[in-house]
Amino acid sequence: MTTKDIVLIALFAALTAALGVIPQITLPMGVPITAQSMGVMLAGAFLGAKRGGLAIILFLALLAVGLPLLAGGRGGLGVFFGASGGFLIGFPVGAFMIGYLFDRYAGRPPLFPSILFMLLGGVGVVYLFGVPWLAVIAELSVWQALAASAAFLPGDVIKAVLASLILREVRKAIPNL
Amino acid sequence: MLDLYSEGNSRLHTMKPGWKILGLAISGSLLFAVDNILFSIAFLAVTLALFAAAGLPLRRAWAQIRPVIWIFVLIMIAQALFNSWWVGLFVIIRFAVLLMLAGLLTLTTRSSEMIDGIEAGLRPLSRLGLRTRGISLAISLTLRFIPVLASVVREVREAQYARGLERNILALTIPAIVRTLKMSEDISDAIDARGF
Repeated sequence: MTTKDIVLIALFAALTAALGVIPQITLPMGVPITAQSMGVMLAGAFLGAKRGGLAIILFLALLAVGLPLLAGGRGGLGVFFGASGGFLIGFPVGAFMIGYLFDRYAGRPPLFPSILFMLLGGVGVVYLFGVPWLAVIAELSVWQALAASAAFLPGDVIKAVLASLILREVRKAIPNL
Repeated sequence: MLDLYSEGNSRLHTMKPGWKILGLAISGSLLFAVDNILFSIAFLAVTLALFAAAGLPLRRAWAQIRPVIWIFVLIMIAQALFNSWWVGLFVIIRFAVLLMLAGLLTLTTRSSEMIDGIEAGLRPLSRLGLRTRGISLAISLTLRFIPVLASVVREVREAQYARGLERNILALTIPAIVRTLKMSEDISDAIDARGF
């Protein structure tokens, strides 16, 4: 791993943290969406499986040691025990998955496959961890937990589209990334 | 460093972070292993006593669970519908104790101590080929990047405000990411030039 790799990993870990500063948008039904989980999608898409996953692990490590990096200034080990703890654990795996899909795709994927990859990793994989966790901690069935999480789905789809647009525009600005 | 640490010099503050993490892990396992509401209530009392022992007012304990109150309400409703309100109460108490204990660890431990702990814990692994120096570099770079990025985002937002685009998330994130990626090139060159 070169110095450049380490700098990029640190940069995307910090980017995920900084995305928490962007004010959250509240959907009509009152569900908040934060820009933060876009950091997961962007890390995977820009850095690939290994570096993308490591960037998000680094973000979680700093969160765990007590830095208030989650949107709304939350942090510390408590956030991992909270209702969204499983989603946090799923973040690096999701970033890895997105990176893996982008790595496997020959050349640069157009917008539609790019959105699909972001959804598979950033929503599919992340929910795979988050929903059972929520079910265990709240003593609900997996289906009830899934229904409770479904309110966040429209926001997640919007984020996958935004992350794909960001990826395309940034690559236009810096082609040799 | 910006963290959630609360100044103090109680036994909990001076204890090594490793012991506190171990204590938290054991407490968490016990709470789920002993499936008994009386045990959870006793644990809640012990937790509140620990807050007092650390010289933290009880409202700091309350602050740990306040952000998830609406989730507690949801759990209570779901459990009352599908099981019984008794189960709901049990789940909520157990959940609250865990959040308070984890919060107590965060409030009584500096982030820098925790990071030192991680680095010390990883050191033996360097014999297995893990580049612990790289991990230390990544941690310190991230800590340096966070305020830089936050200020880049703020600057871009001000620039886009002048154009009436301050609510446009693409107009905020794209320039911010392009700027920081260009910066990263110079930073890695600078680190290499210093012979890392």
